[in-house]
Amino acid sequence: MTANHSPASLHRRTSRAIVADRAATIVLWGTAAFVLLLLGTIILHFALAAWGVVSLGFIFGDPSDTALGGVFPVFWNSIYMLALTMLIAVPVGILGGIYMSEYARETGPLGLVTSAIRFAEEAISSVPSIVVGLFGLILFVDTFRWGFTALGGAFALTLFNLPLMTRLSEQALRAVPQDERQASLALGATKWQTIRHVVLPLAIPGLVTGVILTAGRVFGEAAVLLFTAGIGTPVHYDFANFNGFGLDFNSGWWHTSPWSPLRPATTLSVYIWKLNSEGLGAFKNQLADGSAAILIGMVLIFNLGARAVGRVLTRKLTAA
Amino acid sequence: MARLIAADRPSTLKVETGRLARIDVPMIVVFMAAASMIAIVVLLLLFISWQGIQLFVKDGYSPGTILSPTWDPLANTPAFGLLPFIAGTLVVTAGALLISTPLSVGLAAFLSEVAPNWARSVVQPALEIFVGIPSVVWGWLGLTTLVPFLSDTFSGPLVVSLPVVGKVFSMPGFLTGFSWLAGSLVLSVMILPTITSVSYDSFRAVPQELRTGSLALGTTRWQTIRHILIPAALPGILTAVVLGMTRAAGEALAVQMVIGNSPTLPAAITQPVTTLTSQITLDMGNTVFGEPWQDALWTMSLVLLVLSIASVVLVRLINKRRMPL
Repeated sequence: MTANHSPASLHRRTSRAIVADRAATIVLWGTAAFVLLLLGTIILHFALAAWGVVSLGFIFGDPSDTALGGVFPVFWNSIYMLALTMLIAVPVGILGGIYMSEYARETGPLGLVTSAIRFAEEAISSVPSIVVGLFGLILFVDTFRWGFTALGGAFALTLFNLPLMTRLSEQALRAVPQDERQASLALGATKWQTIRHVVLPLAIPGLVTGVILTAGRVFGEAAVLLFTAGIGTPVHYDFANFNGFGLDFNSGWWHTSPWSPLRPATTLSVYIWKLNSEGLGAFKNQLADGSAAILIGMVLIFNLGARAVGRVLTRKLTAA
Repeated sequence: MARLIAADRPSTLKVETGRLARIDVPMIVVFMAAASMIAIVVLLLLFISWQGIQLFVKDGYSPGTILSPTWDPLANTPAFGLLPFIAGTLVVTAGALLISTPLSVGLAAFLSEVAPNWARSVVQPALEIFVGIPSVVWGWLGLTTLVPFLSDTFSGPLVVSLPVVGKVFSMPGFLTGFSWLAGSLVLSVMILPTITSVSYDSFRAVPQELRTGSLALGTTRWQTIRHILIPAALPGILTAVVLGMTRAAGEALAVQMVIGNSPTLPAAITQPVTTLTSQITLDMGNTVFGEPWQDALWTMSLVLLVLSIASVVLVRLINKRRMPL
């Protein structure tokens, strides 16, 4: 601060500050506009790239060597892997969230366990997905001798996304007002009855949102699956084939049934990477553009779905 | 209801307080679900560490190999220097942070201090969609649009004739567009939502009194943001940057698709480089389990694991030092 307090200098400094404020406001608005524009351009880019490629025949058709064909086998695998992963991740994640929200102590010896769990949660979230994939490779593919299987991929995806599912569940449960618990306990309900019949139902909107957000991340993940579910998908799935439900891990028959968890499964995201790294085929670009457009479409559906479902459930539960 | 009836009959109550009934089964189940994450981390550390040290234990390479610049797995005496990959990961990540941090912190400041409700309700969902776009899609987008754009436009006469920028882009020049810059640009978009949302939360956490106090002294909004809010939110912003860094350093497929994968030390932003993640992605499928080449890839994954655990510790340290406001 200089000692010049003449009205002229004060006025100059004030007006300079005002100009800087205006400029900063414009820049900040510009930043937001730039990000929106970028997202709009990306979506438009894929919409244009997918134009004339993505159709019902593309999504539900089999690949072909001579024509564009479709991506149904890998699309099926994406849905299948999503279902299999969520089947494991949702119950474990919600149960873990119940512990962290309702039981976890912050002090004493159990407090140490709680902070160890929180550290593990953060650590898994920060481990690169490719390293999680390698862990799956060494554990499920090599040590358990499963080979490349959808099940191994689903387990790897589960342990990668468990922290997210647990944290979102914990937040959803913590958002339930404490009064509800106290009222239930005061009526003589046990702690578990309170959780089961009071807290969980009230947390449903948050839990559903958490499930959908986790699903969105699972659906697009590729690096985890590269070395666990592997690359290997037939050009056609016969859904009437139910071979491969025995638990014999040591013979090589299970590839045939699209329902079997013990077969390799290339998903849409892995397929895009594979198209690029192998670089073969006349329709490589259309196939990758089309697959990317499907993935982005699903991301939009998951996002809007999470919002809409959360809103509807909240309204229903609070109105009742 | 069952409970209330049970309370009327002392005999049933007695049975319930028996030793077996005192075991809280639901609590054990939910505890195991939460504690499974500790088991996962321990197993992950054990398996990756065991595989990661095989290059030194079994194949007899000295630990100094990690910092050697020569990578030549096909030579008669194969060399597995990891420095090009570590350096590549560091510079590509640094580039992404340089581009993304100002943009993200600016966006966070906008959302928290400037944006009217309607603008916030447009930008926030947009950021969520950003987060949701899979990394292969970013890679594919970079490969089909950014890489050709860099090699065509940035090697063109218009850019090269610019004063400073032209120097940078014409010294070695883009050969193909696959480059350090392409990797950093793709990553900067991918980490933008991470840095923005964590910074936004830390701006929101600054007490309202600081804003009103500053504005009451006659400062403008920008002066308040610059001199009050950014310093107050700094630990949160640093956390955001570390989280963005972790995500950028660990990203595999998107980077692999655009950086050109040349296992040499990074020389210029226009040249191809390589990273730990992209080399693992490329070579893992082409190597045999137990051969030194693959063991070197496991060592790379151990380096990545150590970096990511270190970043978790770093975030905790930053937040522990946060002053109570």
